[in-house]
Amino acid sequence: MTEQFTPVVWMLLSAALLTAGMMAVAIFLGPRKMNPVKAEPYECGIKTEDPPLNMRHPIRFYVVAILFIIFDVEIVFLYPWAVVFRQLSLVAFISIAIFIGVLMAGLYYAVKKGVLEWR
Amino acid sequence: MEAFFFLLLAVVSIFSGLMVILQKSPVASVLFLVLTLVCVAALFVMLSAPFIAAIQVIIYAGAIMVLFLFVLMLLNLQRFTEGAWSRFQITGVVVAAVLAVVTALLLRAVPLPADSGFLRETPGLGSVEAVGLSLFTEYLLPFEIASFLLLAGIIGAVILSRRRP
Amino acid sequence: MDLSRFNLITIATPLVLGAGVLLVMLVDLLSGRANRRPAQLAALAVVLAAAAVCLATWNTGGVSFFGQVSGDGFASFFNLIFLAVAFLVILAGPAYLERNAIHFGEYYSLVLVSVMGMAFMAAGTNLLVIFLGLETMSLALYVLAGFNPARQSSNEASLKYLLLGSFATGFLVFGIALVYGQIGSTDLARFSAYLAGAGDPFAGYMGAGVALLLIGLTFKMAVVPFHFWSPDVYDGAPTVVSAFMSAAPKAAAFAAALRIFYAPAESLGLPWERILWILAALTMTVGNLSALNQASIKRMLAYSSVAHAGYLLLGILAGNELGAAGILFYLASYVFMNVGAFTVAWMVNRRGEGRYDLGDFAQLGFRRPLLAAMMSVFMLGLIGIPPLAGFFGKLYVFTAAVQAGYVWLVVIAVLNSAVSVFYYLRVMVIMYMRENEALKDVDRIPATFAAVAACALMVILLGLIPGSVLDVARAAVASMP
Repeated sequence: MTEQFTPVVWMLLSAALLTAGMMAVAIFLGPRKMNPVKAEPYECGIKTEDPPLNMRHPIRFYVVAILFIIFDVEIVFLYPWAVVFRQLSLVAFISIAIFIGVLMAGLYYAVKKGVLEWR
Repeated sequence: MEAFFFLLLAVVSIFSGLMVILQKSPVASVLFLVLTLVCVAALFVMLSAPFIAAIQVIIYAGAIMVLFLFVLMLLNLQRFTEGAWSRFQITGVVVAAVLAVVTALLLRAVPLPADSGFLRETPGLGSVEAVGLSLFTEYLLPFEIASFLLLAGIIGAVILSRRRP
Repeated sequence: MDLSRFNLITIATPLVLGAGVLLVMLVDLLSGRANRRPAQLAALAVVLAAAAVCLATWNTGGVSFFGQVSGDGFASFFNLIFLAVAFLVILAGPAYLERNAIHFGEYYSLVLVSVMGMAFMAAGTNLLVIFLGLETMSLALYVLAGFNPARQSSNEASLKYLLLGSFATGFLVFGIALVYGQIGSTDLARFSAYLAGAGDPFAGYMGAGVALLLIGLTFKMAVVPFHFWSPDVYDGAPTVVSAFMSAAPKAAAFAAALRIFYAPAESLGLPWERILWILAALTMTVGNLSALNQASIKRMLAYSSVAHAGYLLLGILAGNELGAAGILFYLASYVFMNVGAFTVAWMVNRRGEGRYDLGDFAQLGFRRPLLAAMMSVFMLGLIGIPPLAGFFGKLYVFTAAVQAGYVWLVVIAVLNSAVSVFYYLRVMVIMYMRENEALKDVDRIPATFAAVAACALMVILLGLIPGSVLDVARAAVASMP
């Protein structure tokens, strides 16, 4: 069972090594000459505000995030379906068609109602 | 080998779990939470439950964390200021300590129920294939009901996005 | 793959509702921005079609979908209750929604989705189906509770209901997980078979599992001590939604509780009886005493519905056939009284949404005698005055409890009913005796009035033929697998 995840472990390990290597190369080879002016954000003589004044994001992002979660949950169901599709063929196809059909109807409704419009 | 991986994952997940609450920047906290969840997913793999592990990564480390980040940005939280402990923190520590003591006492007093054994009788119980097979036969109806559950969520999102009059 | 495993007759009613949700959404999209009438008519047609299907397939389903659902008379009986409530709130709703400028098509699709979830709660013979039905119902209700975003209290109600409700659902899922951990199945037949065969039914994970299942369901019933959400949520939610929420989900929660606990109640034994005894006594008493001193009619009705959950628990505790059938009858009459009372409450409300004062009812008996008479029917029915349906509901449930030997609990229940007379009668006293010239007249809304009249008629009718309805309820209970 767990053996089939050995490649995943190797991949994670190599990814970590690669990242560490690239950071090390940047640290050891890259020239670094810091001065205070360089650290400042580029502004035309206006003093920078801390914290930034208008960093709040519109609530619309949140609705998009909720829709994303709903369709993410849908993907969770698609995953085992894809694995057993050949074994079950027609029944699995019909059932997933109904499932996706209902959600697509929901998506169509949301789009038509202007949820994704940026007014 | 298994013990090594378990220890590694346990240590990393506990460390990142601590970092979630010790970080000053909320965004860094969320990123450490992602690391914790990924470690827990790996632990699920070691428990022969790869499907749960996949869900853990797709839903929690993916979608729920996106929601967390969105909320953080919506609220525009500043770094937590240092200083004297607030009343919340003191209450939190007291409650956590009491809970820890009670849990420890309970674990000592009440032995965990014996293994009922059905997990061992069915090998491959948690595999994606086994989940898929039972999902599309025995649990077909609950699966279809879930689509309407999600539909209700979509309708809710439509209402949420309505412009206030 | 054997397709005969999927007998669609067993889920015919929720199937019609599910298709109906999509239909109503489509109609809502097609009918333009300002016109909601087509969506309402479509929703009414869907409910009627579902009711027709429900009657046509009454007790013909049997267990299907690998033992997940049972399309028996029990499910049909409850489906009819849910559909009646849905019909009434869809019929009565538009006037209220227009008044508050929140008339959107989503109202209809959400009510239908919610009823579909309830139908699965009543038909489920597997804990997973019951859980998914409960979640589908609840999710729609969370949104409906916050249907008036311009009002702070509506948002608050939605948030409170969402947070507490998901917490309670968490308990339910945890309970299901523990039951699964003990017996390796979520099937209810296996559940009762295990309990019947076990020497100690609460050995292992089962004790905690059953307790958590009970907590999850009693939350939805608003049983003390899990009732704290209900006054705030009923009060804050739009009143049409409160009417729906106080009636149908409570019935659905009792349907699910009967599905899960009716068969194995015997084998759960003494601890189970003690817990239910205490819950029932607490719920009746706290509900009634809290209702005594409410100035807002919505809060009063909310606490009264808590008290009624307590009476209904007697039927579950009794565990006999009369108890279960009594619950069915009780709920069938209770939903009409509650929907009617809430609807009259918003019809006569003339101080704006924020204030539902009992004083609104002043002089209603002279200005709108028919409306006042119907409100009196609801109040007398909720007390349980003999010729009305409410009396027979209480009679059956209390008799069942006496038969099962819970005499003292029935004494408490009767005393509680006596206490409840005070606050129900107060509404009538205000309607017929208090003077208040300053109030403007109550609007005449034909559709809403028709819905209230239908409620009143049902309360009277069920009181005229209680025996035959009880027979149907008995047959429904007996048809459970």
